[in-house]
Amino acid sequence: MTTLTAEQIDDIARRHPDAFRQSFLRRFAYPLGVVGLALYTVYAWWFFSIGAVLTNGHWDIAGAYLADWVSYEVRPEVDYETGDLKVTFPKYSPLGSDPHPDWVKETPGKVTVTVTRPDAGGGAPATSTGAAATTSFMSPSSPATSTGDGGVANSFMSPSSSATSMGASAGTGSGSGDTASVTEVRDGTARVDVKISGTSHVEIVPGAVVVTRGGQSVTLKTDPENHRVEAPATLPDWISQRKPGSKVYAYFGFAGRVEIRADVTKVSKRFLGWENFWFDTRSPYWGKTFPQVMALAFSGDRIEPGRSNLAVMWDNIVNNAEWQHGDVWIKLLQTIVMAFVGTLFAVTLAFPLSFLAARNITPNPVLNQILKRFFDFQRSVDMLIWALFFTRAFGPGPLAGISAIFFTDTGTFGKLYSESLENIDDKQREGVRSVGASPAAVQRFGVVPQVLPVFISQALYFWESNTRSATIIGAVGAGGIGLKLWEAMRTNQDWENVAYMVILILIVVFVFDNISNALRSRLTEPAAQD
Amino acid sequence: MALADATGRDSYIRDGRYDVERHWRDLNATRRLYTIGGLILLAVALVASLWFANETNAGKFIDRLPHLFDFAGDLIPRDGWEMWRALFDRPSPYDTGSLQYNYPVGRVYVTDTFYIPEYFYKMLETLNIALLATFIGFTFGFALCFLAAKNLTASRWLRFTVRRFMEILRAFPEIVIAGFFLAIFSLGPIPAIIAVSIHTIGALGKMFFEVVENADMKADEGLRAVGGNWLERVWFGIVPQVMPNFLSYALLRFEINVRASTILGAVGAGGIGEVLRLSISRGHEAKTLAIILLLFATIVCVDQFSAWLRKKLVGKQAFEFGR
Repeated sequence: MTTLTAEQIDDIARRHPDAFRQSFLRRFAYPLGVVGLALYTVYAWWFFSIGAVLTNGHWDIAGAYLADWVSYEVRPEVDYETGDLKVTFPKYSPLGSDPHPDWVKETPGKVTVTVTRPDAGGGAPATSTGAAATTSFMSPSSPATSTGDGGVANSFMSPSSSATSMGASAGTGSGSGDTASVTEVRDGTARVDVKISGTSHVEIVPGAVVVTRGGQSVTLKTDPENHRVEAPATLPDWISQRKPGSKVYAYFGFAGRVEIRADVTKVSKRFLGWENFWFDTRSPYWGKTFPQVMALAFSGDRIEPGRSNLAVMWDNIVNNAEWQHGDVWIKLLQTIVMAFVGTLFAVTLAFPLSFLAARNITPNPVLNQILKRFFDFQRSVDMLIWALFFTRAFGPGPLAGISAIFFTDTGTFGKLYSESLENIDDKQREGVRSVGASPAAVQRFGVVPQVLPVFISQALYFWESNTRSATIIGAVGAGGIGLKLWEAMRTNQDWENVAYMVILILIVVFVFDNISNALRSRLTEPAAQD
Repeated sequence: MALADATGRDSYIRDGRYDVERHWRDLNATRRLYTIGGLILLAVALVASLWFANETNAGKFIDRLPHLFDFAGDLIPRDGWEMWRALFDRPSPYDTGSLQYNYPVGRVYVTDTFYIPEYFYKMLETLNIALLATFIGFTFGFALCFLAAKNLTASRWLRFTVRRFMEILRAFPEIVIAGFFLAIFSLGPIPAIIAVSIHTIGALGKMFFEVVENADMKADEGLRAVGGNWLERVWFGIVPQVMPNFLSYALLRFEINVRASTILGAVGAGGIGEVLRLSISRGHEAKTLAIILLLFATIVCVDQFSAWLRKKLVGKQAFEFGR
């Protein structure tokens, strides 16, 4: 180890003055930059009121939306308003029109049913219908038999006639005279068990719902008549009730959620995966395993007389109502086509124009300037505005997207190409010119070989980046998958479709990225050896 | 001796000349074949693409050609000054209380008398979205790029993971991120900031690590020789030489982000894009024209400023992107 004496240190400092005595700006460039950016962040935080927005965000929804990307919910409803339990599934349930999944167990038994039916019927109540007729609940014939108090239109029902009505009805009538309630015991569904996950389930009997999660059970009393749900005073944190008597939510994490109302319990059970990805519930292939589908497609009896089973299968996949494969593929192809044709046209137009704009190739300052300003104009009018312009002209679709990319990128390529041309090596041109070549030949053999790899490389780079921009401008109507994505997101229901389209886009971008990189590295390789 | 040598070489060249020439002709023929084949392939793809685009478009190209300037036709204001009144929120003589000609209603008052015209304020919002997103992208891209560079990170797995991560950030459609956060935060500029930031992290990260891989490693070697740890080697050996390039790329990204945040605005994420879309859909010709003019002027200014600054930072190299 050599140690420097103070003299030597001073000597080094004297020989390299700029290394030890930098200007203030250079010495503090980094701290100043960091402080400036920190101040800017504070300003932006205030400008966009980021804190308020972040705290007001619906973070609870975010989890559900994210879960929707890779899973789906089945939402059976158990109705117990009448006393008999009835399990229903929504019309477009992923399980088809009439499912009986094994996780919903219905136990038959005797149930006490309170039936609400139109007025008890028969002749006796007819006397009571005079006033009610004005409210048009009754059959048209009723007013004919009514007597007397037809004029009391606004009082709805006079006390006396109401009493008559009540007498006529058989059981524990509840209220108005135009309908009446009857209690009877009959066979029905006495109990429904819904299994949410391994340790969680919901047990529903008339008048009570028992929710269990991980060994902890809570009994909720349901009262359809008074529209109340009675919950115990202390609830575990996975059960919530806004106020006493109102509906109760029980959460089971990713597995699902149960909403208990006074007259109905709505269950949402979540399953991992994409439901009915290949065939929707209307398809004859729906619900079959892969070997079954293959067997039906190739050797089964014809499902439709006019077409082979394979054709039916393909048609069912493409026209899947839930996933709309055919439409998604067409829109994706539109996006690819928009980027490809737009970039290609832009290159084709910008190539000759850039020769005219380069001041060393075309020594005409006026023409150079006009073309360069034209390129700047095209670049500076945002792709968004071009997209809107052409959407208005051609209607929504890929023609608008192609034109928008074409117009923007003609400017970009024109600028890049003319700059490349201005930086070329003049010796080759001179050499070709000195042997008496025509002006066209000078460009062809003196200029083009120098710049072509760079030109193509830049074109490929923009082809790939345009594939991404084409997705976005699609959302304003310029064709492609953008609009479809946007529509799927707007409903907030179809996040799994969004995930599907995103995966397709990612695949396309990766494939094009690799093609473009491979071509570019081949093009620039000889140049690197120079 | 010399003669024999000369004849030997001469005969070798003479014999070989035909070989060389033949080989050259073969190469040329192959190249021509590839060129022609490639061009034919390109032409077929182009024709098929055009047919497909025309077929799936709402209107056919030939039928719609007379409507090419419909958009421009919608923008003709009632008189020449309308556009300027709309731009600066001055009262209009055509004002009947409807939103179309009621320009002063959009004024953003800073003090009791001083106001910022609506569209300038919205433009500022868009610029701030782009700037903040570029800044966030720069910070994270800066932090990640050294881990993705071959010359600084020995672990192949770490490099691979970081690179794939940045690729996913880059390729993930911005519009989906914006849409997702719009669902959480409701309408406003924050979703656009998040979406553009995420894309910027990936895009800048890639450009940054390529710069780092091309950096001169002598400074790093020197620091390694005196026992500098990884952080010191990066901070004192690499960062000073790549910083101008980093800043240049960040400026380039800022230009791109201004455009991206405008487009995201048009799908509901605030800023000038949103008012532009609203104005077009409501048929407010003078307002639309004012916004387009302002957008155009802003982009020209941003591009010029960024080009000037990049030229100062890295000289001619600034324009060599896309290689």
